[in-house]
Amino acid sequence: MTQPIRILLAKVGLDGHDRGIKVVARALRDAGMDVIYTGLHRTPEEVVTAAVQEDVDILGVSLLSGVQMTVFPKILKLLANQGAGDMIVVAGGVMPDEDVAALKAMGVAEVMLQETPPQAIIDTLKRLVVERGPR
Amino acid sequence: MSHYVPSRDLIARVAAGETAATARLITRAEKGLPEARDALAEIYKRAGRAHVVGITGVPGSGKSTLVAVLAGKLRTRGVKVAIVAIDPSSPYSGGAILGDRVRMTELATDPGVYIRSMATHGVVGGMARAALDVVDILDVAGFPIVILETVGVGQDEVDIARASHTTIVVSAPGLGDYIQAIKAGILEIADIHVVSKCDRSDANFTLRDLKASLMPSPASGPSPWIPPIIGTSAVKHEGFDELIEAIDRHRAVAFDPDAGNDRRRHIAGFRLLKTAENLLLDRFAASVDNRAAPLIALLARREADPYSLATELLEPTNAEDKSR
Repeated sequence: MTQPIRILLAKVGLDGHDRGIKVVARALRDAGMDVIYTGLHRTPEEVVTAAVQEDVDILGVSLLSGVQMTVFPKILKLLANQGAGDMIVVAGGVMPDEDVAALKAMGVAEVMLQETPPQAIIDTLKRLVVERGPR
Repeated sequence: MSHYVPSRDLIARVAAGETAATARLITRAEKGLPEARDALAEIYKRAGRAHVVGITGVPGSGKSTLVAVLAGKLRTRGVKVAIVAIDPSSPYSGGAILGDRVRMTELATDPGVYIRSMATHGVVGGMARAALDVVDILDVAGFPIVILETVGVGQDEVDIARASHTTIVVSAPGLGDYIQAIKAGILEIADIHVVSKCDRSDANFTLRDLKASLMPSPASGPSPWIPPIIGTSAVKHEGFDELIEAIDRHRAVAFDPDAGNDRRRHIAGFRLLKTAENLLLDRFAASVDNRAAPLIALLARREADPYSLATELLEPTNAEDKSR
């Protein structure tokens, strides 16, 4: 039996805009994925705890508030501490190009900015899971 | 890139209560990996201590909210709680949006709480296929109580009662009248009835209708357990002490060496038959893979009838079984 890709989508911090992440959640569901959504205003600790308990293939964090250089290092460190350093982490939202490069350098697998078509997001996520291999 | 840890090696880490290992073994159980079967067999033998509490009810009756508050109350008493929350998969894409965690944010970082969301992946009956394996894993991981929350169910998805020690059926005000309450089906499976949203003024009618319809039936004979009806309000945090007291009382009955014996045998029987059914379905799916399409075409053109074609479809499978 093949199991769908499991992904947790999260909004972290004071950013209250969830229209985009809900559109993405719906698109991923329609692509056959199991999407866990945790709601607005989560802390990095809450998101990482949820992702580890749910053992998702991918943790996707959407940020429109500019705090990516604070949030992602924290998330990556917490994941490693909780024995889930191999989890695929992706970022979405609006952020400057130099931050994108820095995030990828620290271990974020992919950064998908505004205007990324849903199909491109789906293809990217599927590719990342295939590249990771069985677990 | 990733390093595959054999499922057998995860058992000791699960038993030590390690979250990441527990979560990973659950993933493998969900995937139905042959590699994990040995480990799950070992888990089954070690399990059996946890009190499995099933929570079911129609969509929107307040199951997730009830579970969140109930788990919070149990935590204040120092009890570790695991929650398995099942949501429906899309019948079209197979995907799912699992949103129960949105209602459980207060439990989000409590290390004494483990929450796992599962999708039904096309299984009817209100539960996901691997749900019972998952319950056993959480049992071995040291959770004395495992709450199994079904999808929002209709009137006759009653599998949960065959899988849990204690079944709680949640009814909400405004969803049905006396006639709904006396229908056969889901209300009959309750060990404990909860009427949620009792902060609403019309909750009294729901409580009244339930009480009237659940008067002991002359046909039921003497029973050691009469299902209590408990009103709760998650907003006001009311009724939960009474609910926990009822759960504890029912646990004593369910785990009693004599009184609980029938129930445990029923649960084991359900588990055995359900597992056999799943194995048969897998074999069937594998054997009909290519052969169904031409028969479907015949059927759609009404050139043959469903019974004859279904019999034809089953025949090679029968032959395979005989040769085994």
